[in-house]
Amino acid sequence: MTTVYLDGLGLFGPGLAGWREGIALLQGMHSYQEEQIPAVTPSLLSPNERRRATGAIRLALQVAEEAIKNSGLKAQTIRSVFASSGGDGEIIDKICTALTLPERPISPTHFHNSVHNTPAGYWAIATGCHQASVSLSAYDGSFSAGLLEALTLILVEGDTVLLVAYDYPPPFPLSGTRFFTAPFATALVLSPDRGDLSLAALTLELIGQGEEDTLDDVGLERLRTGNPAARSLPLLQAIARGSVGSVVLPYLADSRLAVGLAPCQ
Amino acid sequence: MPIKPLLISAYTTVNALGRGIDESAFKLRQGKGGLRPCDFADAALNTWIGRVEGLEEQPVTGELAAFDSRNNRLAQAGLTQDGFAEAVAAARTRLGPSRIGVFIGTSTSGILETEGAYRKRDPASGRLPNGISARYTHDIFVAAEFIRLYLGLKGPATGISTACSSSAKAFATAYRYMQAGLCDAAVVGGVDSLCLTTLYGFKSLDLTSSRPCRPWDAERDGLSLGEAASLALLTWPAADDHGTALLGYGESSDAYHMSAAHPQGTGAALAMQEALAKAGLDAAQVDYINLHGTATPSNDAAEDKAVVRVFGAATPCSSTKGWTGHTLGAAGATEAVIACLCIEHGFIPGTLNTRQPDPGLLANILLETREQPVNYVLSNSFGFGGSNCSLLFGRLG
Repeated sequence: MTTVYLDGLGLFGPGLAGWREGIALLQGMHSYQEEQIPAVTPSLLSPNERRRATGAIRLALQVAEEAIKNSGLKAQTIRSVFASSGGDGEIIDKICTALTLPERPISPTHFHNSVHNTPAGYWAIATGCHQASVSLSAYDGSFSAGLLEALTLILVEGDTVLLVAYDYPPPFPLSGTRFFTAPFATALVLSPDRGDLSLAALTLELIGQGEEDTLDDVGLERLRTGNPAARSLPLLQAIARGSVGSVVLPYLADSRLAVGLAPCQ
Repeated sequence: MPIKPLLISAYTTVNALGRGIDESAFKLRQGKGGLRPCDFADAALNTWIGRVEGLEEQPVTGELAAFDSRNNRLAQAGLTQDGFAEAVAAARTRLGPSRIGVFIGTSTSGILETEGAYRKRDPASGRLPNGISARYTHDIFVAAEFIRLYLGLKGPATGISTACSSSAKAFATAYRYMQAGLCDAAVVGGVDSLCLTTLYGFKSLDLTSSRPCRPWDAERDGLSLGEAASLALLTWPAADDHGTALLGYGESSDAYHMSAAHPQGTGAALAMQEALAKAGLDAAQVDYINLHGTATPSNDAAEDKAVVRVFGAATPCSSTKGWTGHTLGAAGATEAVIACLCIEHGFIPGTLNTRQPDPGLLANILLETREQPVNYVLSNSFGFGGSNCSLLFGRLG
């Protein structure tokens, strides 16, 4: 089984304003208190783009920026995988609302922001990165699908990969179609070789039906089940705790992803 | 290092030209296009579309009835023709259901059903009607999930959504999953259906033509939207296998603008160069380039620069968007199927509707369909967000 290395992390959610801030909480130093999500302010966006960027776009870019910074690598040279189950509910709501009006006045900006790869497009523009990028979705298994995609890129192309997983609760009335508790995003820089800053060595294995790992902290568990990107939390917790072992994440209805983990530092 | 060729064991397409590969091949060779004045739902737009007929009367029923949507009806149409499901069933028996992956591109999935739900909101509460299940209709993953369940597969699966390059990139993802050993075969493709979001959205950007689209024409003034489901079964070739194979792929980002291509085609050229390198081919060996060719003034100009930079101005090129319309997230897979048809039947489709090529564009644009042997085809797909993908197909054995 091939090993890949985790070189940087980004994290953002209510009460989790960054990886370094999140470590103590994930280590279990204190219990999780659900808080308002702090303002998300990715510094890479130009004022013009910042004005156009929705909550989902800002969330994705925030964690991408943090993970790259923590990895010590240059964003321009790194290909990316953006995993999101729901995409941008705010834009879908605005477009579907416009389509109920007599002239169907869709805003051109909303329309070009409606594609699933919008955050990836903004990221490439902000960082001047011509490397390939893919945007994908696999319902509650979207984070696992992103990890698998990153693994294949590392194994087959030999590249370092930025994986960004994000999901932002859609506004009313779309909010009635799916259980969502809060915005959440995480980003992982994964590479084929162990470096000075590598935090952990990971192996991935697809397994059949099995119990996915849950979290002991009631508040964190509620966040985990209330946002597809937060299905990553058991893995993030194991990384924060420096655990050795295996974490089972949800993937598809009939399969799970087992992530083997060993700290590098 | 060239990649290992991947055999296209079976393939199918349903698009405005008709249902099944024979219908598409026949019409491309006979010069019969699939566009019509917009007659989709109640869209009052002065534009032409490539609508697939009959979907309105062909719901998804039975165990998968919850998946019923125009997008999944389109997928179902693709799954029930050209012996595709039978070919997958044979592979499933041979390899096992957990060893076959499913990678499907879409841009808007079943947003049409959500659009309809918004029109039926409760006037007092603003709520959507009861029973609306975006989970099985609108979700980006749902086409992949529907196809996986329909075919009885249990391998890895992903919905890929990078706008108009989605289903081209599905081929690259599938290759990597197979090469990484996560599966031994893959069902890949694209499913994207007409909806008001894209019809009125492209209109809002002033990118829809009031006539059938005319790629590379001096008077081109926008695109015609279409819909399609196009699927392929990818397997590792056995020693004595013949047929068409995926030989290379290239992917890049423009890093320029959300909805406008880089004017110099920088990212597009990178994708084409990588596809050639991965196939181990020189530009001069390529017999035909199926252009992205949407017929918007700036997209065609940017692609022309990129093609000429990589290939020079001699390689025969055409855009098939005038035949099928722009099928967005299904365009990459639809044009991959057209590439297979060109190689297997020996023809290059012309650029339907185009009369007077733009003198400012230098690529060798073919206006009429031509019968000739074809060994290698490059197919371009470029999308919003600056997502570029080029695929290279060739004859195997």
